[in-house]
Amino acid sequence: MRRSLLFIPANTPAMLQNADIFDADGIIFDLEDAIQMSEKDAARDLLSEYLKLNTLKDVELIVRINNLDSPFFEKDIESCLAWPIHTIMLPKASYSAIEKLDGLLHKFEKKQKREMMPVIPIIEQAKSLFEVDRIASHPRVAALLLGGEDLATDLGVERTREGEEILLARQLVVYAAKAYQKEAIDTPFTDVSSKEGLSYDAEHAKRLGMTAKACIHPIQIDVINETFMPSQKEIDEAKRIVELEALAIKNGKGAFSMDGKMIDKPIILRAKKLLERVKS
Amino acid sequence: MSQIKNSLDRMIPEGMVPYQGADAIIKKTKRKLIDEVIYNGGNKPVENDISSIFDKLSISDGMTLSFHHHLRNGDGVINMVLAEIKKRKLKNMTLAPSAIFPVHEPMVELIKAGNITKIYTNYINGPVAQAIEQGFLKELLVMDTHGGRPRAIESGEIKIDVAFIAVPTCDKCGHGNGTEGPSACGTLGYAIPDLLYATYKVVVTDHLVDRVKKVDIDGRYVHYILHVPSIGNPEGIQSGTTKPTRDPIQLKIAKNTAKLIDELGYIKKGLRFQTGAGGTSLAVAEDISHIMKEKNVVGSFASGGITNFLVNMHENGLFEKLYDVQCFDLEAIKSYQKNKQHIMMSSSEYANPYYPKPIAHELDVVILGATEIDLDYNVNVTTDSFGHIMGGSGGHSDTAYGAKLTIITTNLVKSRLSMVKNHVRTITTPGETVDVLVTERGIAINPRRTDLIKKLEHSKLPLMTIEDLLKKAHDMTGTPKEKINQGKVVGVVRYRDGSIIDCLYQYQGA
Amino acid sequence: MYASAGTLESNDCLITVEPSDVLSITVESIVKEAFGEQIEQEILNCLKQLKIKSMKVHISDKGALDYTIRARLLTAIKRLEEKK
Repeated sequence: MRRSLLFIPANTPAMLQNADIFDADGIIFDLEDAIQMSEKDAARDLLSEYLKLNTLKDVELIVRINNLDSPFFEKDIESCLAWPIHTIMLPKASYSAIEKLDGLLHKFEKKQKREMMPVIPIIEQAKSLFEVDRIASHPRVAALLLGGEDLATDLGVERTREGEEILLARQLVVYAAKAYQKEAIDTPFTDVSSKEGLSYDAEHAKRLGMTAKACIHPIQIDVINETFMPSQKEIDEAKRIVELEALAIKNGKGAFSMDGKMIDKPIILRAKKLLERVKS
Repeated sequence: MSQIKNSLDRMIPEGMVPYQGADAIIKKTKRKLIDEVIYNGGNKPVENDISSIFDKLSISDGMTLSFHHHLRNGDGVINMVLAEIKKRKLKNMTLAPSAIFPVHEPMVELIKAGNITKIYTNYINGPVAQAIEQGFLKELLVMDTHGGRPRAIESGEIKIDVAFIAVPTCDKCGHGNGTEGPSACGTLGYAIPDLLYATYKVVVTDHLVDRVKKVDIDGRYVHYILHVPSIGNPEGIQSGTTKPTRDPIQLKIAKNTAKLIDELGYIKKGLRFQTGAGGTSLAVAEDISHIMKEKNVVGSFASGGITNFLVNMHENGLFEKLYDVQCFDLEAIKSYQKNKQHIMMSSSEYANPYYPKPIAHELDVVILGATEIDLDYNVNVTTDSFGHIMGGSGGHSDTAYGAKLTIITTNLVKSRLSMVKNHVRTITTPGETVDVLVTERGIAINPRRTDLIKKLEHSKLPLMTIEDLLKKAHDMTGTPKEKINQGKVVGVVRYRDGSIIDCLYQYQGA
Repeated sequence: MYASAGTLESNDCLITVEPSDVLSITVESIVKEAFGEQIEQEILNCLKQLKIKSMKVHISDKGALDYTIRARLLTAIKRLEEKK
């Protein structure tokens, strides 16, 4: 289940070796923004040696590579294919970048007869929002991550607590993701000292339809896991709906009601999806 | 130096009483009390410089002078006395300050020159600690606990000739307190045994008034008042606002510690609780306060060194009382000043093993730190992993003994070093009084506590043996070369009953 | 000519390599007493694996675990190669 994804700079040993302590559902090893140009090689080597230790269990291992146009892109892909990781995260994603990446990966996967490595594109440019549905439709894309900070920079605006400036982007990412049954992951909340601000931001994202949130500091993980975890009440209600559906089918009935409310197909589907998420 | 073994297999100097178990001596012996030295209730002579005090009291070679540490790293009193010792070229002096800080650096010279040849203290850090670990102190450093020091003083074991008692505000009779004045420091718990039993008592103040609002220092015991322009630096006196840590690893440790305390059923009405003043300890207090609020629990008291955080908990109705042996910040001082439920306790009332019902023995839960802990749960808070003297029990051994649940919190691994060792370099607190170790990679319960192990049978907390934790650490770091203690003995660590639990060795590193 | 990799931050190490006629390793470490030998051995093992018979290696260690030492050494050697 993806609720929280923690960014860890790949060149910082202190953080790498403590990655297994925290309860994040996924770790994003960052080779991009967290690493200065002169240290990209060191970051790759360090991450390589760290991953050999195999200390992370039951956690999704994701690598944020450098973008397509950077001089580091190819070496990053080469390394990713050699590493025991699950997912590649592509910054500054556009549909053509996804296609290119897909082509490269496909070549290797065919040669090495291995499964398709999923990609999570980061939607962080104004223009990518106009093709976000195409991006989401790509078979290699598993989920979309909204990059709110870079997007705000692209727009020439400040990020705010209310997030009005990225509201449309958040919604477009959610709609595109849902349209193609991919996951929508919200942008990190950068004020690490404000638990209340994080809670507000995460709740807001959840209400819009995001099902997970990335974060930049381990202290944020608990709030995010709690927010994006279906509540016991929601889980119980979903269980009841599924039970009632089974009963209705058994009795040859189509629609049914629960607590005086008509339960139709969309509600049943949402309930089943929730229970699937909880199970995973 | 001839050595014999104590019950923890540590070598101690022959001729001294070896540690035999946490209860061994206390249960077999009665409290020994010498007579209190009361003077009179009238006005006391006021001197304006330290020199007159030395003259009037004929302070001479070989005498024992004592001090409290409520002014912490802002203290100016010890250095004032040191300067006078140096000027008069006094020799073979014994000092008994309850703690020594980096600000006391001038002591180094006097140690090297033989002006000071013996020291009794509960906590030591900085240049003086370095000088002693390098072997410059002619006689042994004697380290007591916060509860052991009043025991030693009231029994006459430490015979104090002159006690210099820094009192931020006092009147002409010598009645005083620590809450008023420019060098306010709060409660004066550590000063009480010196006040009662020293042969001569000199109150040192920078704020002489006609009337004091509160009497924490009883002037009837006082002989002289030394009135000086300043007794210390307020910035050094208050540690600053002590806040809960933001370090994610410490926060994880804190969260699990609070969970553990809750699962063991201790977060209920009447909770009696103590925690340190460090970032992790306060984070535990923060997490506990959330659980207490959720469960509508009102605790009986929080005790120890009091910080603004504990004051807030009390003011928010989470604890009925605060028992205070020292104040760490301005909020604590203010609270003590105005709040009747914020109560001062003397070091005896706090932790003296012979005192009828010291607060330390009333505790349900105490959270403590460690520089090292071994497979027998023995804890080191006196030296670091490299053998440097950098602390001391303070109230560690006392509260570990007295609390129903003693929890040690520490990182498992710090910069490639495991805090869990086969053998700690120095035993400060014996493992039989330590119940649980909480680290970021797992929680270990002392096998002696079969009751706790049973209670946590179905817990989702990451429980494992301490041997497992050691293995985890070594899997990460590799197996270190462990150093054995050898060489010149420069000091002894006394348990709260006065027996020797371990020795301090001359620093042998680079 | 020389190359370095790593930093002096906690849990990291700074490794500097220089071409040389002999194999020499100097270790400066905050945990020299406990792990000095192991650090030297780790470096020796790495050099052996890379079939490097002569090089001057200096490490300033702040408590780095073995994987970090290996990684920094590898990066430094690669950087040295690039300079040549």
